[in-house]
Amino acid sequence: MAMIEVSDLHVVFGTSVHAVRGVSFEVAEGESYGIVGESGSGKSTVLRAICGLAPTSSGAVRYDGAALKSPRQADFYRRVQMVFQDPYASLHPRHTIDRVLSEPLAIHGFTDRERRIEQALEDVGLGKGFRFRYPHQLSGGQRQRVAIARALILEPRVLLLDEPTSALDASIQAEVLNLLDRIRTERGLTYILVSHDLAVVAHMCERLLVMQHGKAVEELTRARLQAREATQPYTRDLLLASEGYRPLQDA
Amino acid sequence: MSLLEVEDLRISFPTRQGPVEVVRGVTFSLGRERLGIVGESGSGKSQTGRAILGLTPPPGKATAKRLEFDGIDLRDASAARWRSLRGIRLSMVMQDPKFSLNPVMTIGRQLIEAARRTSSRSESKDRAMAMLEAVQIRDPARVFKAYPHELSGGMGQRAMIAMMLITEPDLLIADEPTSALDVTVQIEVLRILDRLVNERGMGLIFISHDLRLVSSFCDRVLVMYAGQVVEEVKASELKQAQHPYTQGLYNCLPRIEGGQRPLPVLQREAGWAV
Repeated sequence: MAMIEVSDLHVVFGTSVHAVRGVSFEVAEGESYGIVGESGSGKSTVLRAICGLAPTSSGAVRYDGAALKSPRQADFYRRVQMVFQDPYASLHPRHTIDRVLSEPLAIHGFTDRERRIEQALEDVGLGKGFRFRYPHQLSGGQRQRVAIARALILEPRVLLLDEPTSALDASIQAEVLNLLDRIRTERGLTYILVSHDLAVVAHMCERLLVMQHGKAVEELTRARLQAREATQPYTRDLLLASEGYRPLQDA
Repeated sequence: MSLLEVEDLRISFPTRQGPVEVVRGVTFSLGRERLGIVGESGSGKSQTGRAILGLTPPPGKATAKRLEFDGIDLRDASAARWRSLRGIRLSMVMQDPKFSLNPVMTIGRQLIEAARRTSSRSESKDRAMAMLEAVQIRDPARVFKAYPHELSGGMGQRAMIAMMLITEPDLLIADEPTSALDVTVQIEVLRILDRLVNERGMGLIFISHDLRLVSSFCDRVLVMYAGQVVEEVKASELKQAQHPYTQGLYNCLPRIEGGQRPLPVLQREAGWAV
């Protein structure tokens, strides 16, 4: 059975901005699913609609077979957590890492917080030394690790990743992607990863959805993407553009 | 003959712990070609680009043994001399059109202001329109009358490029000119720059963090790490790069074809930054 099922999702902001126009997909348990598109394609909005941060105008989002209500129940957030794009903006600048990590534990009534915080920092490769620091004392990569620790501390089953590495340098991106990959294997998590970078999605996800102008263009498996078996011209353009620049005469 | 000669460029910023050098002895020369400067954040690549235009932000100080543009010594250039060079013979395109265009002036007025540096009032308008066409804006008349907020990122960046090129500079410094753009738009903007280098014989310094893009676009690449150039390679030979930093940076990129899992991680060595 599908872990997350999105069917005919529409998101309209205000009266005129139709950001998502009828997107449907299913993500099985333990699967890593990618959404690729350019800016304004609605890819992040789909993710935000799943976790209740964007209004669903019509269509449904199901988690584990059950349709989700708005606003979402606390139990949903215990199971589904999100990691945002910009680690500089997503951590409270005046909260220590300890406070960032203990807040979700307090909300969801976890006991032995002490141990869980230390464990969560350990899991993302930071160690106890970072516990009482402030975000401005950390580098971008370290902050993104904190954001991942904050999401993992509730032991969720699904992680929604919104461009988790696009604000990071290439070498740091590799470290964070490896971390996400390892955690998924260890804990059998389900991922939905949104990125503008086809290579990141191809590396991280078994299946992916290409979006443009709020619509799903096509769904591909990793193998078909690697074999360049895209059927839609837009996907082909995207594939070509990700290879870098080529002078016009031999294009 | 080379267009630009830079020898032992050093840029330092005063801090409470004493001056910190962010660029430490960069030397290169540029002909009428595409030179890429690649590095991670904090490697000093942008500061190098700014120093060539004398735009090191105070209290930073840039010094060099030699900094010559077309035979002109730029080190102690007077304000008047800079005025005669910047925007006319030397130009710069910045990363984000949102912050580098004047939000309360139409694109057309900004272009004419730039064009007026070298041509008469009557000529300027024609040149502005011609330039908008040259950067492949489909409806130049509309863009001419538009304010920056009415344009998309890709359009805004094209308008920026048009403004910087309207005086037909000999050297263009492009600092991450396409990083804020979508990949498909990015390729179109690069195509415009490429044509200008080929047709007008302009020199181009292309500063970017994207090794793959630079290696496919430029002729030559300088790889910077901790304020120094650790390696200079021909773009086509990047895969055979010698320095472990360049290799590490290239190998840690995920690939569509699939590659190693986990991705190889860059192991930094203290010796690189000495």
